[in-house]
Amino acid sequence: MKTWIEKQQALIDFTLASLARRKLKNLGLLLVYTLIVFLLASVMLFTHALRHEAAQVLKNSPEVIVQRMVAGRHDLIPPGYLNRLGRIRGVQKKEGRLWGYYYDAVVKANYTFMVPTAGASAAGKVANGKIVIGAAVARERGLLPGNLISFRSYSGRLFSFAVAEVLPHSAELVSADLILLSEADYRAFFEIPAGHYTDIALSVANPQEVRNIAAKLAETLPDSRPILREEVLRTYESIFNWREGIVLVLLSGSIFAFAIFAWEKASGLSAEEKREIGILKAIGWETGDVLKMKFWEGALVSLTAFLLGYIAAYLHVFRFSSGLFEPVLKGWAVLYPRFELVPVVDGFQVATLFFFTVFPYTVATIVPIWRAAITDPDAVMRG
Amino acid sequence: MIKLTNIRKAYNQGRDNEFWALNGIDLEIQAQRVTALCGPSGSGKSTLLTIIGCLARPTSGRVHLAERDISSLPERFLTEIRRSTFGFVFQQFNLIKGLSARDNVMLPAYPLGGDWRALHERAETLLDSLKLGHRLHARVEWLSGGEQQRVAIARAMINDPQVVIADEPTANLDTALSREFMAILESLKEQGKTVLLTSHDPLVVESAVVDTVVNLRDGHLVGAD
Amino acid sequence: MLSRKSQRAFVFLVCILAAFLLTFADSASRQAEHATLLAANGRLVEQLGLTDLCLFTEARYTRHPSQADLHSAFQDHPLGLEHFPSGSLLPPPRNLTASYENLDRKTTSAD
Repeated sequence: MKTWIEKQQALIDFTLASLARRKLKNLGLLLVYTLIVFLLASVMLFTHALRHEAAQVLKNSPEVIVQRMVAGRHDLIPPGYLNRLGRIRGVQKKEGRLWGYYYDAVVKANYTFMVPTAGASAAGKVANGKIVIGAAVARERGLLPGNLISFRSYSGRLFSFAVAEVLPHSAELVSADLILLSEADYRAFFEIPAGHYTDIALSVANPQEVRNIAAKLAETLPDSRPILREEVLRTYESIFNWREGIVLVLLSGSIFAFAIFAWEKASGLSAEEKREIGILKAIGWETGDVLKMKFWEGALVSLTAFLLGYIAAYLHVFRFSSGLFEPVLKGWAVLYPRFELVPVVDGFQVATLFFFTVFPYTVATIVPIWRAAITDPDAVMRG
Repeated sequence: MIKLTNIRKAYNQGRDNEFWALNGIDLEIQAQRVTALCGPSGSGKSTLLTIIGCLARPTSGRVHLAERDISSLPERFLTEIRRSTFGFVFQQFNLIKGLSARDNVMLPAYPLGGDWRALHERAETLLDSLKLGHRLHARVEWLSGGEQQRVAIARAMINDPQVVIADEPTANLDTALSREFMAILESLKEQGKTVLLTSHDPLVVESAVVDTVVNLRDGHLVGAD
Repeated sequence: MLSRKSQRAFVFLVCILAAFLLTFADSASRQAEHATLLAANGRLVEQLGLTDLCLFTEARYTRHPSQADLHSAFQDHPLGLEHFPSGSLLPPPRNLTASYENLDRKTTSAD
């Protein structure tokens, strides 16, 4: 055993001395390799953590939301719908929600105006004339509690509100663009008559029954569209997936370039390298020794690149808030929510990344050596 | 100690450019003696050397090393023998560029996995005895021809082989360095090594150090002294 | 002590491997810390009945993907109108693209 270790150590000594002979080229290769791993790992870590955050938070959203459709377009819920819903068995709680979009030309951003439900902690703070705003809105418009702000409604009238509170920064991911106001203010601002609602949120007693209830809803209210929470979660999953895919496609150009470079480096045996293998065999190295030496070369380079690239990616995503990726993966939002992602690492993804970065390069280093390694040294040295 | 029976070697066998380098060689190399293989270019002496030293296999015929037939041994046994029995000094030296003199000397012993410190010391002792103690860490491409050859000799000796094989050792050396080489040859003989070399340099062939001269021409032996 | 290259390489690898493993430990500890915040956000979501993260506040269909119209297509850009996917495959008719109206409605040529 000790001899085996000594032997591997000696082979590694030779490998490192060999790599050091072309220091600049090999350091360049290592750098590019590390960079590729860094980019791939960053994308992987960022999107996985974001998806996890979304799933965790959204599991508290309403199980069913009922929308009304008119000629294929979303329309307001008319008076009387709420009562009709109450007769469906399994529906634990129902409430009409009031919310809508408002385009603020000053910052060129969309806000979500919303009336908090009776049970919400913010409900008590939104008396008439007062609003509770999200942290990004406060930031973009330079608002503090107590400040006044005016919005021009779609009818042309100007409405003034006093900021009662700013929602916490830690909740920005879900609330950055919110403006919470009283029901009276909302109805006046958007000219929505009493009894009408934007949609209805339902809580269901037994989560297993959600689909059945959705089916009953469709029967009871044929012009409604029930939307299930699991559908929302699934939509988010698929959106993150395809955006991640786009980034990877963009990266693929650089990945291909690197693959070609690494392949050329690892598999093209120059006359010089062939000669050296012949010399090693002539002075007493076995085929196996030559292959082991090359294996160590491939393994050391790729392992170092993987570890350094991954660590850099982890720091980039979770300590430096993915500065490089924000514009792509957060979309076109003018109101960027500022949030720190919690490190959630999928071991399987890390293992996959390891496999796809370390394995091919190591193999690419050994395979071309094979032919030279098994040939008679005399023939190899003659060339 | 080394016995060759009807050794034949062909290159590109079966093709239009088939060439027979050796055409039935019967030869015995005496232990602890210096044997020189002589002949013009293309006579097959380098080919014969590679076959004796297990660097290549004969097309037909037998090679016996201390009564043991090694001509058809599997590769890994052949390598084992090559490593433990023979030490090579190539005509072009065949040192690994970019490595130091000492690292080159230690190379044959790397796969054996022995004690590192002991190996270091042995390499340094060998280089010292060949007057290269001050050039241990110099890259071999910076050394002169004579120095490179001495590194090659030290490398050949690192595993303490019984047989030292040298191919045209003085071909790239001037007279003074050639004489130095012959002195080294003498000391190897005194250590009890068997030496086999090829040369068409009269300084080598006619030297008192050489015990036996074998002549080759067109792949055949032409009488022996 | 670390006279051999292989020893130096080994020490280096051990160090970065340790850093690598540290990231997992860091991840575990920060998840524990974050649990309270996550719970608070969950309550906010529940109270307000929110369905989405506000990551794409300009792309209408993704701020509330559950709320998009049945037949609306995609809006890729704040200044772009919604369009159907076929727009990626078929260019507009040539005779319609001969002259454009400026976005700010100040045309230089008379109609």
